[in-house]
Amino acid sequence: MTASASVARGAGRVRRFWSRYGAGYLFVAPSLLFFLVFIFFPLGWSFVLSFQEFGFRGSTWVGLDNYLGLLRDPIFRQAALNTVIYSVFTVAVWVLVAMVLATLIHPLPPRLRTFFRAAYYLPAVTSAVFIALVWKWILNANPWGLANHVLSLFGAGPVGFISDPSSFAGANVALWSVILSSVLTIPAVGVVLYSAALAGIPQELYEAAETEGAGALAKFRHITVPLLKPITLYVAIIYTIAAFEVFERVYVMTGGGPGYATNTIVYLIWRTGFRFGDYGVASAQAFLLFAVIATVSVLQFRALRSEVEY
Amino acid sequence: MARGRPAAMDPAAVDRTAVDPTAVEPRPAPPVSLIPEAVAAPTVAVGALAGRRQPRRDRLASLAVLVPVAIVGLFPFYWMVTQALTPGAAAIRVPPSLVPVDATLDNLAGLFAQAPVLLWAFNSLVVATAIMVGHVIFDSMAGYAFARKRFPGKALFFTLIVSSLMIPVHVTLVPRFILITNLGLDDNLLGVIAPSIADVFGIFLMRQFMQSLPSELEEAARVDGANEWQVFWRIVMPLSRPAVATVGIFSFVGAWNAFLWPLIVLSERNLLTLPVGVALLQQEFRSDIGLQMAGAVVGAVPMILLFLLFQRHFLEGVRVGALKG
Repeated sequence: MTASASVARGAGRVRRFWSRYGAGYLFVAPSLLFFLVFIFFPLGWSFVLSFQEFGFRGSTWVGLDNYLGLLRDPIFRQAALNTVIYSVFTVAVWVLVAMVLATLIHPLPPRLRTFFRAAYYLPAVTSAVFIALVWKWILNANPWGLANHVLSLFGAGPVGFISDPSSFAGANVALWSVILSSVLTIPAVGVVLYSAALAGIPQELYEAAETEGAGALAKFRHITVPLLKPITLYVAIIYTIAAFEVFERVYVMTGGGPGYATNTIVYLIWRTGFRFGDYGVASAQAFLLFAVIATVSVLQFRALRSEVEY
Repeated sequence: MARGRPAAMDPAAVDRTAVDPTAVEPRPAPPVSLIPEAVAAPTVAVGALAGRRQPRRDRLASLAVLVPVAIVGLFPFYWMVTQALTPGAAAIRVPPSLVPVDATLDNLAGLFAQAPVLLWAFNSLVVATAIMVGHVIFDSMAGYAFARKRFPGKALFFTLIVSSLMIPVHVTLVPRFILITNLGLDDNLLGVIAPSIADVFGIFLMRQFMQSLPSELEEAARVDGANEWQVFWRIVMPLSRPAVATVGIFSFVGAWNAFLWPLIVLSERNLLTLPVGVALLQQEFRSDIGLQMAGAVVGAVPMILLFLLFQRHFLEGVRVGALKG
């Protein structure tokens, strides 16, 4: 009796719970399921895989061997170094360029403002594959390559921008070429984000500075830059993540070459995992990159946040 | 499409519609900012600024920087088109010409004859449309629940979903590929679509937007006997049109341009999407610049047109924190 009564009460409670909250659960269910199946479950699985070795007869546990092997592997170390060099240069240039462009666009009349924002945003709606393909031909080593033709007008070249195995200023020529093609791509998202933030700087600050005789550069340095710090933090982090994950440019422009000169981490993960089917090592590479990105994001956050207070 | 539906559920609104035909027209987007607080800025200053004329000298100085940057930034597009129009022999002439020499459509014709470009475009369209529809429906549903519903675990679920932003895509590539292979979806457009059917950006944006909507209409609909799904689909979704448009456009463009995942999943030549197919051209037609550039044009132009048509939504969407670098 009492048992069935409590069951009935329990069922009633479930029904009440469901009628109150059921809709909420049903609405989030598809997305939640998606994130569990395609992101969190693979994340855990990938971590497990990173301690395994894949051979003909399935996988075996190898402990930390994949990680230790990578730390000793010159190819991985070069890929990591290349990724860092690529990221340092591109992120620095992108953040700076985005800030300057947004600042210059901001005081323009609305029509010009709209025009430039659109023009600068265009590259962002185009797959990096197509842009990189154009750059590959612009940087062609032959005299008919556009970049080499320009050099020849100054009596220089021809340079094997993406094929020369030699080094220049601490990195391979081809890596510099990939960096060049990236920094010459307008940081569209950054420009839009900075533009939105600029709209929030009170105009009185600039007027006050003007009455004290501040020029354009002084206003930029002492008002714009400091007040944009929070957004700079955000832009720097999204660009750092994007730069660490560079893939299309390398795949299309250099194929990681010459040799391993332009291998980046994601390119190496793709090659290890999907060219050679070495799932264990690829997963270990991915987790090492994950650790690096997380560390860098935290450092950037700390560095920029500490100065944000004003 | 759904225009006027919410009004139909509100008797008062129906009368108004009958009297004043203009009431059926979608009202301009409510002045609700899509911008989250962290990024948002009080917009008061814009007005102050607009009232102030920029000195002519300053404007010329700005243009002296902005115009050359635009030229450099857009040059690859110009060069892409120029080379696509240049016949093979002229493309390797020294010195290279900045304008098309002997302009011809031969490269484009050759491309369509030698590569299944139309199929690639069709595949891209299928993938991008499916992902867009998935985002619009699933992201909106989740955004609605997070904005309006109360249920135990809500905060936890939201944190979980947002925290997935911290996980770089490449960490999940290998297991995801094993998963897709085990489901028999490798070398199948479904294998490209399934792992992208919902995303954080859309959920976040929809939640922000729906929180800003007044809830009276929803309550009125409930009183009229509408069920939960009807309230969502007939009241909330039409009111969220600006946000839905932004999510839809971003999802479409992002899916169209995606490269790494389709490259991993697809291998059959006829099943490729445009970016993967065009990247393949450079292996199949190694030294044919014109053909490769024609491929790039075919891949890039649809998105450029889309951008020119829906500019406003793009720029608004980025401000909300687009995740694309």
